[in-house]
Amino acid sequence: MELLVALGIGVLGGSGAWLLFRPRTFQVIIGLSLLAYAVNLFIFGMGRLRSNAAPILAPGGTGSLAQHADPLPQALVLTAIVIGFATTALFLVVLLAARGLTGTDHVDGRERRR
Amino acid sequence: MPDEVLLLAAIALPWIGACATGLLPTHARNAAAWIAGGTALAAFLLLWAFYPTVAAGGVARADFAWMPQLGLEFSVRLDGLAWVFAALVSGIGGLVVLYARYYMSREDPVPRFFTFLLAFMGAMTGMVLSGNLVQLAFFWELTSLFSFLLIGYWYHTPAARDGARMALTVTATGGLALFAGVLVLGHIVGGYDLDLVLSAGDRVREHPLYLVALVLILLGALTKSAQFPFHFWLPHAMAAPTPVSAYLHSATLVKAGIFLMIRLWPVLSGTDAWFWLVGSAGLTTLVVGAYIAIFQNDLKGLLAYSTISHLGLITLLIGLNSNLALVAAVFHTMNHATFKASLFMAAGIIDHETGTRDIRRLSGLNASMPFTTRLAVVAASAMAGVPLLNGFLSKEMFFAESLSATVPLEFLRGVLPAAAMLASGFSVAYSLRFIHGAFFGPPATDLPRQPHEPPGWMRLPVEILVLLCLFVGILPAATIGPYLHLAVRAVLGDATPEYSLAVWHGVNQPLVMSMIALAAGVGLYALLQRHFRRGMEGPPVLRHLKGQRIFERTVVFLSWRLARTLERLLGTRRLQPQLRLVAAVTLVAGAAPALLRGLGLAPPALAGLDPALGLVWLIGAACAVGAAWQAKFHRLAALILLGGAGLVTCITFVWFSAPDLALTQLLVEVVTTVLLLLGLRWLPKRLPDDGFDAAGPGLLPRLRRLRDLLLAVATGAGLAALAYAVMTRPLPDSISRHFLARAYTEGGGTNVVNVILVDFRGFDTMGEITVLAVVALAVFALLRRFRPAPDSIALPEQQRDQTAYDEAHPGRTVGDTVQDWLLVPGVIMRLLFPVIGVVAIYLLLRGHDLPGGGFVAGLTMSVAIILQYMAGGARWVEDHLRIHPLRWMGTGLLLAAGTGAAAIAFDRPFLTTYFAYETLPVIGKVPVASALLFDIGVYSLVLGATVLILIALAHQSLRSHRALPARLRPAAHAADSLAEAAVPGSAAALASPSSSSQAPSLAPSLATTGDPPRAGPGAAGAAPPARLPASLPENR
Repeated sequence: MELLVALGIGVLGGSGAWLLFRPRTFQVIIGLSLLAYAVNLFIFGMGRLRSNAAPILAPGGTGSLAQHADPLPQALVLTAIVIGFATTALFLVVLLAARGLTGTDHVDGRERRR
Repeated sequence: MPDEVLLLAAIALPWIGACATGLLPTHARNAAAWIAGGTALAAFLLLWAFYPTVAAGGVARADFAWMPQLGLEFSVRLDGLAWVFAALVSGIGGLVVLYARYYMSREDPVPRFFTFLLAFMGAMTGMVLSGNLVQLAFFWELTSLFSFLLIGYWYHTPAARDGARMALTVTATGGLALFAGVLVLGHIVGGYDLDLVLSAGDRVREHPLYLVALVLILLGALTKSAQFPFHFWLPHAMAAPTPVSAYLHSATLVKAGIFLMIRLWPVLSGTDAWFWLVGSAGLTTLVVGAYIAIFQNDLKGLLAYSTISHLGLITLLIGLNSNLALVAAVFHTMNHATFKASLFMAAGIIDHETGTRDIRRLSGLNASMPFTTRLAVVAASAMAGVPLLNGFLSKEMFFAESLSATVPLEFLRGVLPAAAMLASGFSVAYSLRFIHGAFFGPPATDLPRQPHEPPGWMRLPVEILVLLCLFVGILPAATIGPYLHLAVRAVLGDATPEYSLAVWHGVNQPLVMSMIALAAGVGLYALLQRHFRRGMEGPPVLRHLKGQRIFERTVVFLSWRLARTLERLLGTRRLQPQLRLVAAVTLVAGAAPALLRGLGLAPPALAGLDPALGLVWLIGAACAVGAAWQAKFHRLAALILLGGAGLVTCITFVWFSAPDLALTQLLVEVVTTVLLLLGLRWLPKRLPDDGFDAAGPGLLPRLRRLRDLLLAVATGAGLAALAYAVMTRPLPDSISRHFLARAYTEGGGTNVVNVILVDFRGFDTMGEITVLAVVALAVFALLRRFRPAPDSIALPEQQRDQTAYDEAHPGRTVGDTVQDWLLVPGVIMRLLFPVIGVVAIYLLLRGHDLPGGGFVAGLTMSVAIILQYMAGGARWVEDHLRIHPLRWMGTGLLLAAGTGAAAIAFDRPFLTTYFAYETLPVIGKVPVASALLFDIGVYSLVLGATVLILIALAHQSLRSHRALPARLRPAAHAADSLAEAAVPGSAAALASPSSSSQAPSLAPSLATTGDPPRAGPGAAGAAPPARLPASLPENR
């Protein structure tokens, strides 16, 4: 299972990285989103992959890592997902404004001389 | 009051005053002056409370915890030396405040001036009262900073800006060197405490690092005290208002370097290195400064160079390694402060009353301002060292020292007295020039203003200072004696030498030297008359040696040419190479240890692979690659594929026991997709043959792409390898254990993730929602001034077609096509609103115990609202619902912070939670935790931020129409359209018009009157439309 998820992270990250190197802002924003998936999954994987581990404690009890999923990476990733949305929105608006100001959607704000 | 409080007050008073004046309105100059003057006077009087202690040779001291982990304390230490300097700082500060009140013009923002002045006073006081060296360096840098602000006070003039920048560059660079030196010294001694350092003199001088520490510390002191070759910043600092010059260059800023050298005298002095470094800098500065001063045509310029020269004199005395010379240095420091401050003030009065400071234009002011003339004559005579004035006494001591100093080289025995007499003669000459040039001779005729005596209050500070010069000069032992003794004994302790403060020591060598210097100075001035009349700028011989020009060239070279060259060679403004470089460097940095030490990969095991998840990831990988493939020409397809990858991520979270993450991911997926759909409308059209040669990309672009592909594949492979390596390792012991064990017992919730978010790490969450709010506001602010590119302003093709179709058919009114679109789903979406709302609240309430929580609930609720926008269009929604995202965000932030702060009321740390379970009728047992309130805050903020971002973007489509010419102005509901991706479905649904009957009439009224839409029966009682529509018409 680890191999599968690792490969998945690799494909997401690789596709994201490819898009980061592209010249159009929309490509970069898609690339960042893909990269964000990869990174979130990676951080999530720090708690190790475990199917059927209880995420919720039994009422009144204490939990241990033997029976329960690791909550720490989950808490980290949860806020990361929300913040990821916010940064995507900010980037989108910046790129729209830049496109309005410069007339191009090239990441440098001007077309490359060829 | 206990000493601790008083000592702290001594340091804090000026800062408090600075804050008070800083809050005054711009023209409250009297109030500002009263506060500033009162503060300075209070600080001065406060010092007298300690006079008995320091007079008895004691040290008042108070320590406060600062950074106990580093062994640093905030120590206020007041001994004799600190007392004298602090008295100079606050005493002369008070006089300068009085003077400045009359000097500053009504047009100047005077409270700002006094704020900086008081802050500077606070920095100086803090520096002299510092009980440890790090603290001293800290206040030292503050003096640099505030002197920068003071010199640049008239920042509208280039001279002030340049002068301020130069002063800051030189003194702050020196300050950095001083800090490094202090760290070295602290390393040698084993601590930064001043008492500790002062008692370790022998150890320091024998340490191999002594020279390093000495050079670094002296760099700080000599730059601050404007010693050659760092002197050039001081004349340029004359662009400051004259009260600033009077303050900074008499008693404070430039004396900071002197203070430091005296302070550390017991530790650092007594070696040949000290003699050569300090002495030679002082000697050169003494002579060169005095020489240049003679030839200055600007009164303040003359005073500036004379200040440099006098500082050189003091520095030279300090460098002589003799106890008596140190006495003379301290004495001259006090004397110089009094006569130089009064001379600067006199120069300011002349400038103020005549409109010029140019000696070549000024003449005969004695006739119009006789009283000021008398004052200036006395002060200048003190500067020249005329008997019966204070300058004479310290100069005598200097001559005596120059004759008797023990020097390492024999020939210096002759050089020192000669140089002393030469500089003294020069000082007589420039003092004469100041007095004779400005006040005597025929009255000037072409002055910008008719000169007259200044207001009495403006002259008062000068009078006080000049009287001090006289008293000290005539009765030194009775007036200055005790204070001088105080300061000297604080430095030398039992080694304090016998010295005599008397006007008449009989005819001895120093007296003869004085007389010769006086006569020579007068003679020199007479000889130079012809030269002065030619009115040349700058001194002969040294005219071309301009430290300032060297400085500027260095600055230009370092900050411009070198930087530009390096940037050209190594940098790029283009994003792509930068990102490639980041990726490549990261790859190398990540691969290096893996290659060197091995990654320790477990052999790839296919056992336990679930085919279902395998299939899911096959789709996920295809989506990711497809999105990368299509993002250029098929944005909508890429967006859909991105959503596919997101869903696969979401499934993975569910699969591996993370329901909270899956929920959040799913909802974020929805809002992100809507967000990007809204953005598509404003991006340029791009077709596959767009911009490329018909033959397709050339070889070079192909190679570039190959390189990028390889880099991307390597990045992906690296990520995969790293992820695999980490995930196949056993889990190390982490803090998670602690969270799992205490989530219920101490946090009261069974959903550990949520308990971590709202309780254990509540402060982090607080920070995160704040970031979210900031981002949402930034988005909102950016969009308020949004200007789309010209080719995006026109209506999207689909909408034009719809309108054209409606217009072409007689039976239809414009908007009918859109109105019919997705009618049934639209109704369902509207009906879903309460359902989703209930779900959101359910998710919020159960969050502490089951998957859910504020983040998820907030996103859910925002989805409910977005659906309404999609179903009804922006106008309809805002007519029928109260959409106040800004208020929601504010409420959320306040609620979260308020919950946290409430804990303080119960004497617990910020964000401590309280919890219990209560039983409610029907619903059953619910947790009543203050964490729930916090979570509601999170909910409210996430809801507000998400909705704000989305509808701010959505509203752009409504706004942009105002930019269109009238003939293109669309019909009403087309105006609601949101996205170019109006492929039937998403955007058309967002765009669909309201079914309310008045909708068609709204857009024209919006377009013509600019009124926000508020008509309609639905809106009548319900909602003043959201704030956003009100901002719509501002398409500036």
